[in-house]
Order: sequence, then C-alpha cells, then structure tokens
Amino acid sequence: MVNLVWAIPALPLAAFFVNGLFGRRWLKQATGPIAAGAVGASALMATAVFLEVLGGRAQTTVVLYQWIGVGDFRIDIAALVDPLSAVMLLVVTVVSFLVHVYSIGYMSHDHGFHRFFTWLPLFVFAMLILVLADNYLLMFVGWEGVGVCSYLLIGYWFERHEPSVAAKKAFVMNRIGDWGFTIGMVTTFLVFGSMNFVDVFHRVGMASQAVLTVICLAFFLGACGKSAQLPLSSWLPDAMEGPTPVSALIHAATMVTAGVYLVARSTPLFEAAGPALPIVAAVGALTAIFAATIALVQNDIKRVMAYSTVSQLGYMFLALGVGAPVAAMFHLATHAFFKALLFLGSGSVIHGMQNEQDMRKMGGLRRKMPVTYWTMLVAGGALAAMPPLAGFWSKDEIVGAAFLHGDTLLWGVGVFTGALTAFYVTRAMVLTFHGEPRDQHLYDHAHESPAVMTLPLIVLAVGSVLAGFVGFPPEAGFIHGFIGPVVQLHGAAHHPEYTVIAALAAVSVAAGLIGIGIGLAMYRGRRPDPAAVARLTRPVYRLLVNKYFIDELYDRRFVAFFTGFGGVMSAFDVHIIDGFVNRLGWVVSAAGGGLRRAQTGVVGNYALSVVVGLLALMALYGGYAVGVLR
Amino acid sequence: MLLTALVLIPALGILPILLASRSAAAVRVIAVAVTLLELAVSLLVAARFTVGEAGFQMVESVPWLPSLGVRYELGIDGISLTLLVMTTLLTFISVLYSTKVITTRVTEFMIAFLLLEIGMVGVFMALDLFLFYVFFELMLIPMYLIIGIWGGPRRVYSTLKFVLFTLAGSLLMLVAIVAVYLASGPEGGRTLSLVDLIAGRGRFSADFQVWVFLAFALAFAIKLPMFPFHTWLPDAHVEAPTAGSIILAGVMLKAGGYGFIRFALPLFPIGVQAWLPVIITLSVIGILYGAVVAMVQKDMKKLVAYSSVAHMGFVTLGIFVLNEQGMMGAVLQMLNHGIVTGGLFLFVGIQYEKTHRRLIAELGGLANRWPLYTTCFAVFTFASLGLPGLNGFVGEFLVLLGAFRFAPPTGLGGSFWGPVAALGVILAAVYMLWMFQRVMLGPVREAYAKLPDLSPIEMACAVPLVVLTVVLGVFPQPVIAVIEPSLKHVLALATDPSIQVAVR
Repeated sequence: MVNLVWAIPALPLAAFFVNGLFGRRWLKQATGPIAAGAVGASALMATAVFLEVLGGRAQTTVVLYQWIGVGDFRIDIAALVDPLSAVMLLVVTVVSFLVHVYSIGYMSHDHGFHRFFTWLPLFVFAMLILVLADNYLLMFVGWEGVGVCSYLLIGYWFERHEPSVAAKKAFVMNRIGDWGFTIGMVTTFLVFGSMNFVDVFHRVGMASQAVLTVICLAFFLGACGKSAQLPLSSWLPDAMEGPTPVSALIHAATMVTAGVYLVARSTPLFEAAGPALPIVAAVGALTAIFAATIALVQNDIKRVMAYSTVSQLGYMFLALGVGAPVAAMFHLATHAFFKALLFLGSGSVIHGMQNEQDMRKMGGLRRKMPVTYWTMLVAGGALAAMPPLAGFWSKDEIVGAAFLHGDTLLWGVGVFTGALTAFYVTRAMVLTFHGEPRDQHLYDHAHESPAVMTLPLIVLAVGSVLAGFVGFPPEAGFIHGFIGPVVQLHGAAHHPEYTVIAALAAVSVAAGLIGIGIGLAMYRGRRPDPAAVARLTRPVYRLLVNKYFIDELYDRRFVAFFTGFGGVMSAFDVHIIDGFVNRLGWVVSAAGGGLRRAQTGVVGNYALSVVVGLLALMALYGGYAVGVLR
Repeated sequence: MLLTALVLIPALGILPILLASRSAAAVRVIAVAVTLLELAVSLLVAARFTVGEAGFQMVESVPWLPSLGVRYELGIDGISLTLLVMTTLLTFISVLYSTKVITTRVTEFMIAFLLLEIGMVGVFMALDLFLFYVFFELMLIPMYLIIGIWGGPRRVYSTLKFVLFTLAGSLLMLVAIVAVYLASGPEGGRTLSLVDLIAGRGRFSADFQVWVFLAFALAFAIKLPMFPFHTWLPDAHVEAPTAGSIILAGVMLKAGGYGFIRFALPLFPIGVQAWLPVIITLSVIGILYGAVVAMVQKDMKKLVAYSSVAHMGFVTLGIFVLNEQGMMGAVLQMLNHGIVTGGLFLFVGIQYEKTHRRLIAELGGLANRWPLYTTCFAVFTFASLGLPGLNGFVGEFLVLLGAFRFAPPTGLGGSFWGPVAALGVILAAVYMLWMFQRVMLGPVREAYAKLPDLSPIEMACAVPLVVLTVVLGVFPQPVIAVIEPSLKHVLALATDPSIQVAVR
C-alpha cells in the first residue's frame, strides 16, 4: 500500500480536473459527490497506509520522478512515508472528507457550487503534497499550493469587495513568510548539499550553530506566515470571509497547521540550533494569549473561532519551543477534530439563521438545533480542555511540558490562556444557544441543518472525545511511541512522576473551570453584567475590540508607505530617468537644428569637414592600434 | 538545410501574400499557414536535435563576404533551440490572434511580421558576429513599423524612442564588432566566426576585453532592458498592438539575454569579471525597482511591462553569478517569461478588444462573466508571481539559488544579494494580485456585463500557452536536459581560470 501512496493525492487532483473541465456545463451538482468520493477514497487509502506504518513498516521513500536536476542540485518528486507523515495523512484526509460531505449540504444553494468543488479537492491535493514531500522544495510546492487554494477559497464570493481584499491580504502576508522559507531552504542546500529531509538531518553536525540558527529562524518566519503567528497573524481572522467549510478545513484543521508540521519535521535542525527554540516558544506563548484576549470580545461567531485558532496554534508552537514536538503534533491532531467541528457547527448555525453571524442576534437556539448544540458542546468542552475530552489530554501535555522544561513564566501564560479560552468558548455557547432569542424573526425561521451536514458533526464529535486517548497515559501513550522516535532524535522523552502530572493537570482544569464559571455568571446570570464590565474596563475593552490596532498599524503604515514609495519611484522613473532620455533627445534635435546652418551648400566646406573627420578617425584608430598591438 | 529553411520560409511567404494582397482574408490565411509551417519546421529541428551534446549542431557554413572573412554560418545548441521554438510558437500565436484584430493594412502588417520572424529566428541561430548583427537590426525595422503604424495614440513618440534606444545600443555593438574583427588576427586571417573567435580569444587583451565587453553589454542591456535603460519599454508596450507586445516581451527582450550568453560571456571572460559587480547590482536594483514601480501603475500594459523589467533583472542576475544553477535559471526564466508574459499581454489585449478599457480603475468584476478568460488569466498571473508548480517558479528559484551561491573574491556576496533579490518575490505577489483583484474581482460592471467570453480563436491562442505554463512547471527536466550541456560549455569558457591566469 505504501508504494501506492501517490494515489492518495492523485485522486483529489483527478476530481479537480474532472470538475474543473466539465463541472460548469455538464456535471453541475454532481461535482459535490465526485469530489467527496475522491477524497473519501483517499481517506481509505490513507488509513491503509497508516495501518501499514503502524504495523512496523520503516521509513519509506517513494520516488515518482526527477523534478529538477541542475549540476549538484537535484530534487525529486518523492514521498516520505513515516509515522509523522502517516498521522498527517490520516488527519488531513479524514477531516477533508467530512468537510466535503458537509459542504454538499452547506453550499447546495450557491450558484458557484461546481467552482467550490473544483477548488476544494485541489486544496486537498496541495495539502497532501505538503505532507508527503521528502524534501523542503517539494514541501514548498504544497505550501504555496495550499496558499493559492486558500486565496481562491477566501475570495470565493469575489463579487463582494471584502473577500477579495481578505484573499489578497492572506496571500501577501504568507509571501512575507515564504521569503523566510526560501532563505531557509536555499541555505539548507548550500550548507548540507541537499534539501532532502533524511540527508539533511543526518548531516546536522556539519553546520555551525550560528548557521543553523539562521536556517531555523528563516523557516520559522515561514511558519509564522502560514500558521498566523505574530507578527503575521492578522490575515487569518480576515480569512473568515470565505465560506464556513473552508474556514473549518483550511483555516482551522489543516493548512494553518502546516507551520507546526514544518517545525516538527525540522526538529533535528531546531534542536541543534541554540537560540531558535526559545524564540519559537516565546512567539507561540505570546500569540496564544494575544489572540485569546481578542477572542474574549468578538461578537461574530466565526471571528471568535478564528482568534481561537490563532491562539491554539500558539500553543502548538509553545510545545515545539519547549522541546515537546510530540505534544505539538498531538494537539494538532485533536485540534483538527474539535476546531473543525466548532467551525462546521458555527456554519450550521449560520446556515439555519439565514447567514447571520452576529451572536448578539442569536440566543436560545439549542431548542431549534439540538444536534448542532450537543456536538458543539462536546467540541467546546474539548477546546476548554475539560477532561476527558480530546483537548484536555493534548493541551495539558503542552502546558505541563512548559513547566517541566523549567519555563514557569510560559507555563503561567499557558494556564492563564486556558482560563481565557474556557471563558470565551462558554460565552460563545451561551450567547448562541442559551437564554432567550434576541431576534425573534430570525429565531422563528431557524432550523436544524439536514443530515448531510449533521452527520459529519456527529462523527467529528466522536473524534473530539476519542482522539485524546491516543495520548493516554500521559507522556507514554500510543502517539508518543509512534511519532516520538521521528521527532525526538536526541532528547529522549522524559517520563515524569504521575503525581506531578496530576498536580499540573489539576491546576489547568481549575483554571478552565474558573473561566467557564465566570463565563456562565456573566452571560447567563448577568452577574456581573457584561456591558458594565466593558464600561468599567473601557480602555482595555477598546484595545481588544480593535484587535490591538494591528490592522491599523499595517494598513496605515506599511501599505501607505509602500504605495507612497511606489508613487515616488514611478515619478522618479518618468521624470528623472526618462526625463534624462527625453532631454537628451531634445538636445540632439536642437543640435541638429543648429547644425543645419552648417549645411552651407558650398562643396569646399563639405570637403574640408570630410578631411577633418577622416584625420580624426585615423588618429583615433592609430592610437587605438598602438594600444592593442603594444 | 533545416536552419536555412527557417530563415527562408517567412521570406518566401511574403511572395504569396503580395500576390493575394487584394483579399485580406487570403492574406490572413497565408500568414497563418506560413507561421504554422515555420513552427512545424522548428519542431522538426527540435526532434532531430541530439540531446547531451554541448557543441553546435546542424551547422551550415558558407563564405558570404570572403574578402572580409565573413561567413553565413548558422547552428544551434541547447540554449538557442529552446528560444527558437519559443519564438516560432509565439509568432504563430501572434499572427493567429492578429487575423482577428488587425483590420487596416493587413498585407503590410503580415509582411512586417514575417520579416520580423526572419530577424528573430536568425538572431538565435547566427554563429557569425556580422550575421548576428544583421539579424539583430532586422528585428528592429519591422517592429518600428508595427508600433508606428498599428499602434495607439502616442505611437510615433514611442516607436521612435524604441528605435533610437535600440540603435544607440546596436551602433555601439557594431563598433565593438569591428574592433573584434580587427583584433581577431593579422590581415587576411581575420574572422567574425564565433567558434574561431572563441578559439583565438587569447588575442584579446584585458583592456580590450573590458571596453569591448562594455559596448556589447550596453547593446544587450538596452535590449533586455536592464535598469536604468528600460524607459523605452513601458512606452513601446503601451502603444504597440497586442501582437507587437507579445513579440516584444516574449522574444525580442530575450535577444539581449541570449547575446550575453552566446557572445559576451565566452569571448570576453575578463570583461565579464570587470563589469560583473556593476551588472549584479543593477540586476538586483532592477528586480526591486521594476516591482515597486509596477505596483502603482494605472495601466495594465504598463504594469506588465514594469514586471518584465523585474523579471529580466532575474535573467541578468542569473547569468552573471556565473554558476550552473544561476545560468540555467536565467535561460529558463527567458523561456518561461516568453510564455507567461506573452500570455499576459495576449490577455490584456483580448480584454481591451472587448471592453476598450485598459486603465485598472475603469475595470473590475470581469470574472463574473468570463470563466474561461479568468481561468487562463489566473494561471498566467500565478505563474508570473512565481508559484511553484507553474513554470515561472523553476527559473526564478534556480536564479535565486545561484545568487545565494555567488561568492566573489571581494565585495558583496550571495548572502546579501540572495535575500535581497528574493524580496522581489514578495513584491511580485503584491502587484500581480492587486491587479487581479481590481480587474477581475468585485461586482460586475454594467458597461460590459454582456460581452462574450473567449472566442474559439482566442482559445486556440491561449491554450498552448496555458498548457506549457503548467507542463514546464511540473516537468522542467526534459528542457533542462536539452540546455545543460551547452550551458556548461559556456560557463566553462566564461570562468576558465587558465585565461585569467595568463593575463594577470
């Protein structure tokens, strides 16, 4: 099965071609089942590959063909199948399949249905290339490929202004990160003579720590772009302009975790590079708390989830930074399930509320949408890290790892952010599903979504409960034994006392319960009243509602600077460089006008000037010939 | 005889066009047939080409001006073959598209185009410096007419500027060619044959090389164009008819890059060393400058024209870092830029023919009504901004790799130029996507809500370019294999240490 691994991305690619070529005229609504079927078949094959790797098949490289070969630079289109990519394969294909099924219902009334189901499988294809690549350059192909699909799908409703702008913003901010990725991979090649993961990691010792640090920070810049970490985070909330299934798949479960995968994949480099990992940890922790605080005050249900995603990605980088890549991958996997569920659930609410996304107009919906409510409750609990749901096991391991690593401050940030997380998810659930309806008209027309949408929710809810147990018992679960050897080459997994783990978990759970408690008190009991709290903390509240004014900074400063600079350079081009040319032309034609007076018509004058010219040429040539023949 | 056939077919095609000049329809059919035949013959040449050989193949050599030692000498290697096939393809597409949009003086237009094709294929096959010069100039005159007669409102200013710029460069080159001729040997034994000149290049002293290289470099730098000799390009493109723009950007700029690789590098290795820091600096400035200026352009054609300045910066950067990846990237960039920017100009033209608008601010929402157009335009847009998987990426990445690798004994090295040049990749995304957003996306405008999508002829022009854009991105290796042996040979000549030691 492993030798057929290329069939896994080939199937969605085929669906892309079929739907792209024949969708608009002929296939129409059939494009949905075609895409979902192809991705479903991929998911089955991915499961088979996963089981084979699980069965003890060692690392395998499956070469398709040589892509580029110039001199000593050789890049194959080749897949690396090992436990790390096997986990990613499984997560990506399963979640993708569920989102495809869900989208058949969610997008059923959209006039661009075929277009949606052309791009969505293309995204899956690109994501699978990213995951399977056995070298940095091929990974970059997938990396940019998912970026383009993200661009296309964020801007799916391109007739409107905001999606087009958000799409461009996402791509450009990612490009800033890609600049780092490019520097990282080229330097990797120059230092190690290869971009192949296996070769590079075997040769880590060849490089000095300074060079390794440069490489790692460059890659990390790329990861910050793709995974929306500070300072490149602000595109992700805007990306919510895309259809909700896109947000669930691309901007929560899969693409945005690519940065985490990149760093986890490169663990041997990061471990050997001194100062890189603490920077990763600091950026991750800062992003986690930064985004969580913004999520506290958002009124758009999708925006809450978007900032939550940024925050949870921050946790994953925190894990990578404190030397716990297994915990990062573990959280990546559980988060893929529960966050996809939260988004799809939000989509179900939006679908049932005639595209209303403002939670201030919701309320009481649990009576109208029981399946959506109960599944989202499970996912919300997982996000709040309540035992025994999936998020509890993975997030707790991250926070615990920070403590055991000796970073008490980062641990404190992690615990505090956990409380914030529990608060905002409680707030979102209460505002949406509990209390009395705040817009009676919308409420009266609200309805539960059809089975094609609720079934994926149920499957994901089951996943959000069970996925955590792959990491049980803590630090010694299945996932640790499975991918630990791939990502922890040097630092062997530490096995702390269970009493310590239990104590740490108790602190985290207590923080989460406090967050939930405050959330319930404020939004169910109105004690204290949220509006009063907002008034009381007005400066802080304003800062959060305005997202720390980051967009204003970027738009007013950077964008204005660059357009201004471009204008100046353009004027320079027209007036200075081209102005010089035109003035030269003017001088020549003026001189021609002057010389016209030399055209006296007297032959003797002409003869004289011919002789003078000839003498001058001979003199020049003579001097030149002497110079040459000397 | 195949190479001479490539020169003769367009020439002989002029005759039936003259005979049929009463019927514009007949002229169009003949012109398309001739360029199609030319394309077929160039593909035949490609089929007969032996991959893996470094030297010139299918060489045809007869004395032309025996008293001066000038020869009619044609031949191809992997580098020229690639550009040759690109030329015949783009010419065919341009002529095919022009059958639809050129309605005045059709006969003259088609004759000008065939003359232009003679010059272009000749430039990429000539192995004698004098012959090269003749073809190089032959390209100029028809293009002068094409812009000057079938161009836009400011066509006279633009075409004159274009000709004066290029002439200034080529006159310098002519002087340099004469100097090379005189220095090539004792009287009676002089030659302008490239192969002989390379063999005898030990005669060129260091001083001589520095100055003669400069003359050649200026000619090629204007043709490419390199910053700061680029200002003729935006004007020429804005006024040129669509077919003229496709050829100008797709093929004629490449004559500059090709000239560097074919003549300047192997003949004057010391000159290369002397001017290399300047050229590298100007290349990187060009990459950033072209991108920044492109960003604020209001006219689609100007935007694409400035993006060409940036892309050509990658070409010269790749050539002058003097390593295999860089130079391979430069050659691929020339080929891919021809396809992609040819495609972009084609599509700006198609759009203009329908809406009669080219200012970005007056457009918008085209994607609503034109799914085929949008798909093709999006492919070219993403290829132009260097998306991996499409062709533009391969050349650009190899140039960057070469640039990072650049390690001169003194001055700034690759660890400076590489990252700085890579900034151009970010900017490319900004200006291309910003244009795409403002032209293609947004609400549909009433003024052109009912205009039709691509017609069959437009599809026929677009599909080969789209397919090549994808195929050359996914399977670049066959092309690389064709180019590599010849390129290694040129590189060895340009960096041959024995020559440098002998002089210093």
